[in-house]
Amino acid sequence: MRIVKRVGGWLYDRSRISPIVQALLSHKIPPEVGRSRKGWFYVFGQALVFLFLFQVVTGTGLAMAYVPAPAFAWDSLRYLNEEVFWGAFLRALHFFGASAMILLTFVHLSRVFLTGSYKFPRELNWMSGVILLFLVLAMAFTGQLLRWDQDGVWTVMVAAQFAGRTPLVGEYLMQLILAGETLGGGTLTRFFALHVVILPLLILVVMGFHIYLVFQNGISEPPRAGRPVDKESYRAWYAKLVREGGSTHWPDAAWRELVFVAFVLLAVFAFALTLGPQGPGPAPDPTALEADPRPDWYFRWYYALIWLKPRVLDEVVLVWFPIFLGLSLLALPILFPDGERAPSRRPWAVFAVGMALLFWGTLTAFGLRPHWVPNFETEPLPAEQLEGASAGAREGAQVFFDRGCQFCHQVHGHGGIYGPDLTAATRRMPPEEITIRTMIGVRDMPAYYEVLTSEEMDRIVAYLRWAAGGDE
Amino acid sequence: MGAPDGADPVHDRVDPGGRGPLGDSPCPPSAFGRRRFFHWLSLSVAGLLATLVAIPWVGFVLSPVLRVAAPTWRLVGPVEDFPLDETVKVTYFDSEPHPWAGFAAETAAWLRRESEEEFVAFATYCSHVGCPIRWEEGPRLFMCPCHGGAFYADGSVAAGPPPRPLDRYPVRIRDGNVEIQAVGVTAQRG
Repeated sequence: MRIVKRVGGWLYDRSRISPIVQALLSHKIPPEVGRSRKGWFYVFGQALVFLFLFQVVTGTGLAMAYVPAPAFAWDSLRYLNEEVFWGAFLRALHFFGASAMILLTFVHLSRVFLTGSYKFPRELNWMSGVILLFLVLAMAFTGQLLRWDQDGVWTVMVAAQFAGRTPLVGEYLMQLILAGETLGGGTLTRFFALHVVILPLLILVVMGFHIYLVFQNGISEPPRAGRPVDKESYRAWYAKLVREGGSTHWPDAAWRELVFVAFVLLAVFAFALTLGPQGPGPAPDPTALEADPRPDWYFRWYYALIWLKPRVLDEVVLVWFPIFLGLSLLALPILFPDGERAPSRRPWAVFAVGMALLFWGTLTAFGLRPHWVPNFETEPLPAEQLEGASAGAREGAQVFFDRGCQFCHQVHGHGGIYGPDLTAATRRMPPEEITIRTMIGVRDMPAYYEVLTSEEMDRIVAYLRWAAGGDE
Repeated sequence: MGAPDGADPVHDRVDPGGRGPLGDSPCPPSAFGRRRFFHWLSLSVAGLLATLVAIPWVGFVLSPVLRVAAPTWRLVGPVEDFPLDETVKVTYFDSEPHPWAGFAAETAAWLRRESEEEFVAFATYCSHVGCPIRWEEGPRLFMCPCHGGAFYADGSVAAGPPPRPLDRYPVRIRDGNVEIQAVGVTAQRG
C-alpha cells in the first residue's frame, strides 16, 4: 500500500500535474447548472465525449479483424459475426454506439441553440461544434459504407452521383470518391483510411479545441428572459456569477454527466444485446442488379426528401440545400451574436427546432415505408380469389401480373402502392379511359402502346371489371 | 485553464514597444536584430517544411483525378449469342481490375441487340441518384428500386424523377464478337 502511495506521489510531483488537476477540480460553473434540475440539460456534450471514446475502443477491436479489401471485406464481417468470440457483439456495440452518437449530436445541438448558448463569447464553441457535426455525419456515412454489402457498394455509387452534380468540380469529386473512374480496388481502402485514421484524428483535434473553449469561456448559464447578452459587460458579469455562485464542475455537474453517460451506455448495451449487429446484407456484387439499397435510419429522411421534393428542385435539394444548411449553421453566431437568450423570447428559434423535428419525423416515416418504390416481390392473385371469374378475366389477371402492372397497382390487396389501387377502377372511369391512360401513359405511368397488344388490353379491362364486382 | 474571469494575461499585457511577443527583446526597438531574424527564420523554415510534407501527400490523394485511363475494350460474347430485340445483362472487368478488388473488379451493362449489326449498351445505374436498375421483360422497362424511376427499352425516361436517359457505353463488333468499352461512371452535370 505504501509503495503505491510513494509511486503515486512521485508521479504526481515529477509530472508537475498539480496545477492542471487543481484547475479541473476547481473549475467554476454557473450555480444553476450545478445545483438545480436545469443541470440535466447540460449533460449531452460529456456523453458525446464518452461515446467517441467508446467508438474508438470498439472500433480498434473491429479493425483487428476487418480486411479493408473489396474482395474480402464482406467475408471478414461474416467471419466477425459468426466465428470470432464476441465479434457480433462488438459490431452491434459499435453500430448502436454510432446511432447514439448521431442522436445525441442533434440533441446537444438543439439544446445549445434553444438556450442561445452560441452567442457571445461562445461563437467559436458553436462553430467548432458544427464542424464536429459534419465530422460525425461523415463518420456515419463512411461507417455505413465499410459494411461493404450491397447497401455499402451502392452507397458509394449514390455518393459519387451526388458529388458529380456539384458545379464545375463535380467530375473530379466523383473520381475522388470512387478513387478512379469507376468502383474498384482503390475505393474501399480510401474510405477505410478516412473512417479509421483521418476522421477520428480530426474529431480528436476539433473536440479538444471545443472542450478547451468550454473551459475558457465557461459553461453558459441557463438563460433568463429579460437578461440579454451584452458584449461590453457579459464577461465580467459571468465571471462574477460563477465566482460568487460557489458551484464547481467537480462534482456538482460531473455526477449528473456520469449518471447520464451510464444511462446511455446501458441503452447501447441493451440494444446491442437484443437486436445484434447490423448486417452485412447481401454480397457486395456491383453486377447483381436485383438490389434494393437503403440508407441506415439516420439518412432515411434525406432519402425520402429526394422523392418528396418537387422534381425541378433536384439541383437545389441535392447540392445547394446541404451547402446552405452547413454554411448557415456555421454563420449563426456571427449573424446573432448578442441579445436575448431565453427560448421564451426567441419564438422563431423554438419554431425552427419544432419544424426541424416535424420534418425529420415525417420524412423518416415516409423513408421507412416508401410508397414510391415498385413492389418487385408481388405474387399473382391466388386462384381461390379468382373463383367464379370468366376465362377472359382470368387471362386478364395473368396479363396484369406478367406485364408488371402489379409492380405498382393493387387489385384485391395484391400489388405495389406506387400507383392507385385499381380494384374499383372501372367504377371511377369508363373502360375507354383506362385503355387510353395505359397506352399513352400519364405522369408516372409509362406508356404501354409498344408493349401491350389490344387483346391483352381488353383482357386487363375484363379483369378490372370483374375485380370491381361488375359483370364483364 | 483558469477561471474565466475576463482577464487575459497574454493578450491584455501592456506592451510599450508595440512589438508583440518580441517586446522583451534586449535589442534596440529600431534594429532588425538577431532575435527578430531568428523569429522569422524559424517561422519560414517551419512553413517550408510543412509545405514540403504536404505537396506529395496532396498529390497522392488527388492522384485518381490526375490519372487518365486509356480506353479499354472488353469482350462480352459472340454476336450470335444475343437474340434480336432482347435486353440482357453482360458483365465484364472494368478498366482497372485489381486482384484485391473481388466483386468490385467487375462491372455490368444492359446490352440490347437492335438489328443484325446494331447493339446498344446501357449503364446499370439510374440517372437520378445512381441506384441499380433492373430490366423487367414483362413491361419492357428498366426500373429503379430507390425512387421509382423507370426507363423504356431505348433508355429514355418513362416515369419518375430521373432527369435524363440512361447512360450509354460504346459498343463495337470485332471478329464476330461484341465488345463494350469499359468507361467511367458519369453524373448529371450541375
